[in-house]
Amino acid sequence: MSFLEYAPAPESRAILNLRDRYGLFIDGEFVDGRGTPFQTISPATEERIAEIANANEADVADAVAAARRAYDRTWSRMSGRDRGKYLFRIARLVQERARELAVAESLDNGKPIKESRDVDVPLVAAWFFYYAGWADKLDHAGLGANPRSLGVAAQVIPWNFPLLMLAWKIAPALAAGNTVVLKPAETTPLTALIFAEILQQADLPPGVVNIITGAGDTGAALVSAEGVDKVAFTGSTAVGRAIAKEIAGTDKKATLELGGKAANIVFDDAPIDQAIEGIVNGIFFNQGHVCCAGSRLLVQENIHDEVVERLKLRLSTLRLGDPLDKNTDIGAINSKEQLERIRELSDIGVAEGADRWSAPCVIPENGFWYAPTIFTNVQTSSRIAREEIFGPVLSVLTFRTPAEAIAKANNTPYGLSAGIWTDKGSRILAVADQLRAGVIWANTFNRFDPSSPFGGYKESGYGREGGRHGLAAYLSPAPIGQSALSRPASRAAVESADAAAAPKSRRAVRSSTRTAKTATKGSKR
Amino acid sequence: MATAFPSGRSSLEIKLADTAEAVAAGADEIDMVIDRGAFLAGRYGEVFDQIAAVKEACRRPDGTAASLKVILETGELVTYDNVRRASWLSILAGGDFIKTSTGKVQPAATLPVTLLMLEVVRDWHLLTGQRIGVKPAGGIRASKDAIRYLVTVAETVGEEWLVPHLFRFGASSLLNDVLLQRQKMTTGHYSGPDYVTID
Repeated sequence: MSFLEYAPAPESRAILNLRDRYGLFIDGEFVDGRGTPFQTISPATEERIAEIANANEADVADAVAAARRAYDRTWSRMSGRDRGKYLFRIARLVQERARELAVAESLDNGKPIKESRDVDVPLVAAWFFYYAGWADKLDHAGLGANPRSLGVAAQVIPWNFPLLMLAWKIAPALAAGNTVVLKPAETTPLTALIFAEILQQADLPPGVVNIITGAGDTGAALVSAEGVDKVAFTGSTAVGRAIAKEIAGTDKKATLELGGKAANIVFDDAPIDQAIEGIVNGIFFNQGHVCCAGSRLLVQENIHDEVVERLKLRLSTLRLGDPLDKNTDIGAINSKEQLERIRELSDIGVAEGADRWSAPCVIPENGFWYAPTIFTNVQTSSRIAREEIFGPVLSVLTFRTPAEAIAKANNTPYGLSAGIWTDKGSRILAVADQLRAGVIWANTFNRFDPSSPFGGYKESGYGREGGRHGLAAYLSPAPIGQSALSRPASRAAVESADAAAAPKSRRAVRSSTRTAKTATKGSKR
Repeated sequence: MATAFPSGRSSLEIKLADTAEAVAAGADEIDMVIDRGAFLAGRYGEVFDQIAAVKEACRRPDGTAASLKVILETGELVTYDNVRRASWLSILAGGDFIKTSTGKVQPAATLPVTLLMLEVVRDWHLLTGQRIGVKPAGGIRASKDAIRYLVTVAETVGEEWLVPHLFRFGASSLLNDVLLQRQKMTTGHYSGPDYVTID
């Protein structure tokens, strides 16, 4: 046995307490769907995990109605401080159930447990903690004093980061005072449904968050449903376009976070070993199912051969297999459809004259898998250099001067993210200044933080998620005449209204803080 | 140990005489220290020439040569850039082995510094096919630490480096811990440090 042969180290599934069937989470309860239920499977083994309810138009209408009721009666009347308390509680419960959520996520999505455990779930908690802090500070969100929530937010999220995308959507919406109807992707509904249990545990007032499951038609019904004030979508550019068309002419607001084809630019003075790790993290993290993945490697021509050679050596050490194994680097492709798309685009790459190289790894018999692959000799006009593959496939292009690197990096219909690798700080700033991308990483890649806004240029969508900017997507400025001056009176009304709604265990704390506030009355808020 | 160990602060003549005497007395390996004063002052050429001269002094009359181990004293070089530069310098000047520390300066060997030296050795091997040895010395006391180093070696330069003439620990207290661990594996329980040698 070789010194570095790793024994299997699977994470135990015993922590999961899954139901055999999951209903729709509407008005604080799980109810049956009226559409035909579907099965969610593990993409690593194709085994069935659970039966998931399918929401038809009537169910969607129920969910939106529940969200509207909760908005009118409870959530919009509650003080920011109390909304924050619920969000803090959700964040803590996510932390308490972190391992369970990580195992469920890896099982349902196929991503390696080390990613769900060390990246996804900690970020989910971080997102709720971050926006919990904002809930009572909305006057400082950049929209002037006393900004207004929008109402009912319809949120449709993708399958690549099921729980994290849920957090990106729900946390700012609730902090800003909106209620939510969320539809997770049909292949990855599991963690959203466990999250619904967490909401019950947190005693969140019924209807504030509703989670309905189903396929594309459920999402379409939700987006076009009457009573929806805001649409937030993360997913493909094609669906994003359809949504924009659907809601054109209505007063629904929208934020769309769509595809990407990020350039990862490596200059010849970059620390190569770090850059290799960054390239790997940029495109092979989460099997490349990342909208901001660094899928176009732009490498300075004089180090091209060295970088490609080292990249191949590094990729040869990646371990592909059981997502629940703690040593796994590359998990399963999320679905058969996605695997076929990756295969199709890769074949097109070969047909267009690029050279394909795939890491020599053993592919398991069952499930959906794709070995980490790099293409060299790629033309800028090639489809694998222009279209989002959304898989573990890297296209390598070269450049000679910074101006050429910038021109090639910007030569894409997308503009979500980019990366720069160089030892020279001034070059980072000069290049970053000219890249048309919403997020630019310097000497790192795929780093996320709730305080940092995320979003794209061009066909990568509009609106920002995260940070103070992420709140703007769920707020509107106060109407003229109802700004800061009228605030004290409305606040008193709100406080008496939410006393009834606040969770019992919190009431003691609340009343003591209220006394403290009375004492400081007269000073500036 | 030759070349004015551990400070490296003496004239080149004395360092060479020191080396020649050791080789004449039958030494198979010469440990030299680089002149950190010259290195940190930016006189890299001087450091290079000294290593090359000592390498020359390692030759025996019969045409063979003692193996030359170059101690960088990474605790005094402080930055990773310096360690990388000194590693390249030592290998280019003819060093057969690069070693982190004399053991007289803190910090001695650390895992990040050792990784960096291994990367230089790996890059040199990719360029020339030549295998240079690496020796972290000082500060590695527990078997578990040693295992971390062994994994780093195997993952960075490959398992063929896991032989004494390419990778070695300079850590006398590590031996006692290995003995304690072996004893535990045999008997099922730990005994105290009183039951192993203090030499």
